[in-house]
Amino acid sequence: MHGWGRYPRLDCHATQPKTAAECAHTVASVGSLIARGLGRSYGDSSLAEEVLQTRYLDQMLEFDAGQGLLTCAAGVSLQEILQTFVPRGWFLPVTPGTRFVTVGGAIASDVHGKNHHAAGSFSRHVSAMEILLGNGECVIATPTQRRDLFESTCGGMGLTGVILKASLRLQRVRSSLIRVTTVKAPDLQTALYEFERNESATYSVAWIDCLARGRSLGRSILMLGEHANEGPLVVSAAQPRSVHLEFTGALVNAFTVRMFNALYFHKNFRATRSRMVPLEPYFYPLDALADWNRLYGRRGFLQYQFVIPKEAGPAGLRGLIERIAASGQGSFLAVLKLLGRGNGYPLSFPFEGYTLALDFKAEPAVFDLLRELDSQVLDLGGRLYLAKDGRMSQATFQAGYPKWMEFEAVRAKYHAHGKFSSAQSRRLGLQ
Amino acid sequence: MKKILVLGATSAIAEAACRLWAKRGDALFVVARNEERLRAIAADLKVRGAADVHVAVMDLDDIGLHDSAVREAARVLGGLDLAFIAHGTLGDQTACTRDFSLALRELNTNAIGVMSWLTHLGNLFESQGGGTIAVISSVAGDRGRQSNYVYGAAKGAVTIFMQGMRQRLYKAGVNVVTIKPGFVDTPMTASFKKGVLWTSPGVVAAAIDRAISRGSCEVYVPSFWWLIMTVIKAIPERLFRRASL
Repeated sequence: MHGWGRYPRLDCHATQPKTAAECAHTVASVGSLIARGLGRSYGDSSLAEEVLQTRYLDQMLEFDAGQGLLTCAAGVSLQEILQTFVPRGWFLPVTPGTRFVTVGGAIASDVHGKNHHAAGSFSRHVSAMEILLGNGECVIATPTQRRDLFESTCGGMGLTGVILKASLRLQRVRSSLIRVTTVKAPDLQTALYEFERNESATYSVAWIDCLARGRSLGRSILMLGEHANEGPLVVSAAQPRSVHLEFTGALVNAFTVRMFNALYFHKNFRATRSRMVPLEPYFYPLDALADWNRLYGRRGFLQYQFVIPKEAGPAGLRGLIERIAASGQGSFLAVLKLLGRGNGYPLSFPFEGYTLALDFKAEPAVFDLLRELDSQVLDLGGRLYLAKDGRMSQATFQAGYPKWMEFEAVRAKYHAHGKFSSAQSRRLGLQ
Repeated sequence: MKKILVLGATSAIAEAACRLWAKRGDALFVVARNEERLRAIAADLKVRGAADVHVAVMDLDDIGLHDSAVREAARVLGGLDLAFIAHGTLGDQTACTRDFSLALRELNTNAIGVMSWLTHLGNLFESQGGGTIAVISSVAGDRGRQSNYVYGAAKGAVTIFMQGMRQRLYKAGVNVVTIKPGFVDTPMTASFKKGVLWTSPGVVAAAIDRAISRGSCEVYVPSFWWLIMTVIKAIPERLFRRASL
């Protein structure tokens, strides 16, 4: 079994319980396990010798149309929610870059989206959850009731227990169309300025060319989005077709990436333009290409996402991008975003600052580069996103997440120690 | 709005089919043995848009309850447009070879019980003068193989039973649809190694829905299984007995 990055791989035994009772039975009968949804975390957060897959816990249980409050089992995917509720005029309050994640996974990674600066991360819109603890007990946690458990479970990578159900507040939309404004920024300084200038945009994100150097360093294309006021309420039903292809890795190399990036940047001729697009290409551009993770070949790839404080922004980012550009490694897709205030939960990734995400082919040289980047990120007061990680050291983790001891204390209190662990949690020195 | 009775509604294929019908706004009467799972599924169907969802928890093998259950469903929904039989078990063939009581249990669930349901449903639909009865059989019922001939015999028996019923009920305007899925990735097949011939419950459900609306008689799902089974059925027994399928 492997995560979305196809690196690392681990021999896992999986159970697929069909009810909460079966989950409790599984938890009681194995030594230690980790829950896994659709396997979209990139590294080893959903890998362990024993894996509890939530694929059959995928029922929506209640919808309060007055408040837009959806209660569902943890294995329900964001795709299912969109399919059911977009036609009725509801949309996810926060969505990551793929709709093929489960609600449980979205909470466990406390995912963020293009509206983080205004709407916060996924867990801000979760009003309650039911968690199966290591002692077999099922408890409710909300932002006020068992607050410590709630806060540690949001972003807690499944290490506090098995999320069984959650209640999520959806947002009203009048149309499924998005008015997208693209802004071309020829260098990093302009890109960061444009983020500030467009702070009032509902959604904002930038594609950034991490290979451009010199005057073009950090050249970006910002994509701002607003929900349209009128138009259809539709979402595509089709699952993207699986391309059962395994590239040897030849498709992604320094040359193709450089070509792609140059073409992508120059295809937008005008500095600013606005148009209406369906929600899928704006929010989920990569979902159209099922199995895009195979493009990096058999050995897989690493996604590297960090956040650094806003004050460290321009100079810090420049230093990091220079290092990446000089290495000649790096990916088709690098994404830059200005995040809003964090929620302060022990393991929740986002805080106010710049986040950059990019892919690297899993090659020996890359690991050295990433270790260098780790120390640069830490020096700037930043940290790495656990949902993308398959390699960071225990020291890097502890420095980036200073509340890790608080997290461990909550785990101890709720019987998680020795019961819930993943390849990642063991690497990071969690019990 | 269609009025639909689903037997074995907690099976993965039945659940996927129910989701299609719920989205369309149909009214459902769902029956299964696992109450916790059935209630979760019923709640889900309601959220997805079903006009109404009624729940009955029962052991589908209990032949004595079949008649009253069918009447109850028809009464609650106000008649039936569709009855879908989806329950079944895939027993351990090797264990069945050693212990006939296990084989008998498999045959009861997959063949005898289904025939009982079919008999009651057939009579009800005949008196209504219309509707559709759809049942999940299997490609395994097309030819006996050493690896699963108890299951295959049960499914084959159901297929033949339904062929007779199809002729009989044709005059009454009732259609009888036999679904023959190939390999489907469900809890029933959790322990199998999956390959290219495997498909998802969602794909099978969409094909079942299509077969019902077209008024098909026997369908292979996905359709390429028709070709595979035509070839397998054409192999003479003399050769087939040496095969290790």
